[in-house]
Amino acid sequence: MNAFLSQLDPVSLLSLMLITATPLTLAALGGMMCERSGVVNIALEGIMLTGAFIGYGVAFFTHNLWLGVLAAVVSGMIIASLHAVLSISFLVDQIVSGTVINIMAVGITGVFYRVYLEQATTAGPGTLPHWQIPLLSSIPALGPVLFKGQFVTWAMLILIAVVHFVLFHTVWGMRTRACGENPRAAEAAGINVYFVRYVNVVVSGALGGLGGAYFSLQQIGNFLANMTGGRGFIALAAMIFGKWTPLGAFAASLLFSGSDQVGSRMQGVFHVQVPLQFLGMLPYVLTIVVVAGAMGRAIAPAAVGRPYRKS
Amino acid sequence: MIPRRWRRWLLSGVVVPVASVACGFLVGAVAILAAGADPNQAYTALLQGAFTNRNAFAETLVSTVPYVLLGLGVALGFRAGLFNIGAEGQFYIGSLTGVFAGYSIHGLPGVVEIPIAVLAGMAGGFLWASIAGALKARFGAHEVITTIMLNYVSFLVASYLVDTKGLMLAPNVSTPKTPEVDAGAMLPIIFPGSRLHLGLVLALLAVPAVWFLIERTTIGFRLRAVGFNQGTARASGISVGRTIVLTMGLSGALAGAAGIVQVLGVGHHMTDTVAAGYGFDAIAVALLARSNPWAVLPAAFLFGALHNGASFMQLETQVSADLISIVQASVIIFVAAPAIVRWMLRLREAPMETVHITQREVETPVA
Repeated sequence: MNAFLSQLDPVSLLSLMLITATPLTLAALGGMMCERSGVVNIALEGIMLTGAFIGYGVAFFTHNLWLGVLAAVVSGMIIASLHAVLSISFLVDQIVSGTVINIMAVGITGVFYRVYLEQATTAGPGTLPHWQIPLLSSIPALGPVLFKGQFVTWAMLILIAVVHFVLFHTVWGMRTRACGENPRAAEAAGINVYFVRYVNVVVSGALGGLGGAYFSLQQIGNFLANMTGGRGFIALAAMIFGKWTPLGAFAASLLFSGSDQVGSRMQGVFHVQVPLQFLGMLPYVLTIVVVAGAMGRAIAPAAVGRPYRKS
Repeated sequence: MIPRRWRRWLLSGVVVPVASVACGFLVGAVAILAAGADPNQAYTALLQGAFTNRNAFAETLVSTVPYVLLGLGVALGFRAGLFNIGAEGQFYIGSLTGVFAGYSIHGLPGVVEIPIAVLAGMAGGFLWASIAGALKARFGAHEVITTIMLNYVSFLVASYLVDTKGLMLAPNVSTPKTPEVDAGAMLPIIFPGSRLHLGLVLALLAVPAVWFLIERTTIGFRLRAVGFNQGTARASGISVGRTIVLTMGLSGALAGAAGIVQVLGVGHHMTDTVAAGYGFDAIAVALLARSNPWAVLPAAFLFGALHNGASFMQLETQVSADLISIVQASVIIFVAAPAIVRWMLRLREAPMETVHITQREVETPVA
């Protein structure tokens, strides 16, 4: 029984869930800004990978983790602008454009990692510092989960609120949603559909880039090939499951990260010899189930995925 | 003068793809420069690795084989408006089911064993891909997400089956792998002194077969109808759901065929490490071919040459083989957005058009 409790210690489980949900939530928020304005952003996987790489590279050479985080965000915005140019201005199929960016991200990170970082012998930049808020962090149970942590996780918590506010309580959010539901009507109402979509796609790149910084600068302090491991796609599933709302996407991301954590602890708890591979499948299978189950009930923005041409 | 009809065909069928490929290499050259290497040297090594002697050329053809089959599979999906990003996973599942048949049967002649193994591989790919098809048809789950997730699951399935005693792990091996397929099931070498195997002929036969399937059969008609407009297809009595499941399945069967042909022709067994990446490149092959089965052939040849030359380039220069991903991605950009190429070539200003690569008009969940 003791082993059982220590394996499922709720405080450490919760804080690990929150931490590993960070990149999922950030990418889901990015996908949401994009899709609410009518553009599918399947490129988030590549954006996160590039962000992780550029963030690490800049932190490595400047010895400054914060410049690394900034660089990750900016690189995400640059990659996202490519997606915007292709899918909004050149009317390229949004899925094609996103796929292209994902392929390119693998190439760019691979080529430049080999040249500049593979043989680096000096020590890496380390990971972002652990902060805690005095007093609040000593609240039993809740304190260590919410008030102890690293930058990207805190930024995520704040950004959930920010995106929620922007989408549902500002003029920009209303315009964004109008462009995603009925761009022609939005245009008629005097909204510049192209402009709104461009800005939202670039913003989603910033969020994805920050999510990328989580992998290289918060989690392990290094860059590994394909270290995002499909999280960008799982994030899109979280966004769908969360019905394109920030809080819903956050809850869904926690569900995914929880499945990951619980899966990896199951063996110790139940003393069952579940093959490792099956535990590894859990988040992916769950994503499939969720996308299949939620699709009927969750309604996507009406115009999502369709290129818009000014009349 | 060339007749006008031909000129249009030349422009969209030859000039734009060739210019796109050239632009792709140009972008690649910029990346090489940024990586501090000499593009001239890198590309020379790439070409040498792909074509320099008859053995290198044969190796390029060896890499072309899976690209043809996978490219046909992805293209088939595109024609029905389906984006099958799961070719990589279907390739693995097809290899697994095929290799199982390949080492389970013994002592039969090749004409019997090879078809059995290939059909087993195709069946594996078919079933695996139809999961995504069924989820789309029944629940409207977007195939892009489900096929990507199924990719990860398939890698883990492969690792589980190949690593576990009593399943597919060969006895007494130092690194985990399956037993060798029966000698009769191995594809014969068609070019003595190289690794070029009968799979090339199979791939060449698959091209007209897939063309015939798409353009001249009822299944192909339904598939194209669903790709053009699901509403109209449904209104004219076509079962959209069934067509989606079947198309995904056939697309997966081709990917599975690519997997098992690769096993029977080159490796003769499977390992638990997943590093081929053929399935992802296949998306680029199909996009470059604009989903035309005949055009898959030159596109696959180009990618085979890139794939084969890249490893030599990595050996000879500082440039990583990942460079070809940059070239591939740039090529697709220029193919998918011909407006960019036209603008660069200063061709007559044509009205901007959407290229319906997947032929889809509107993405609608099936009710």
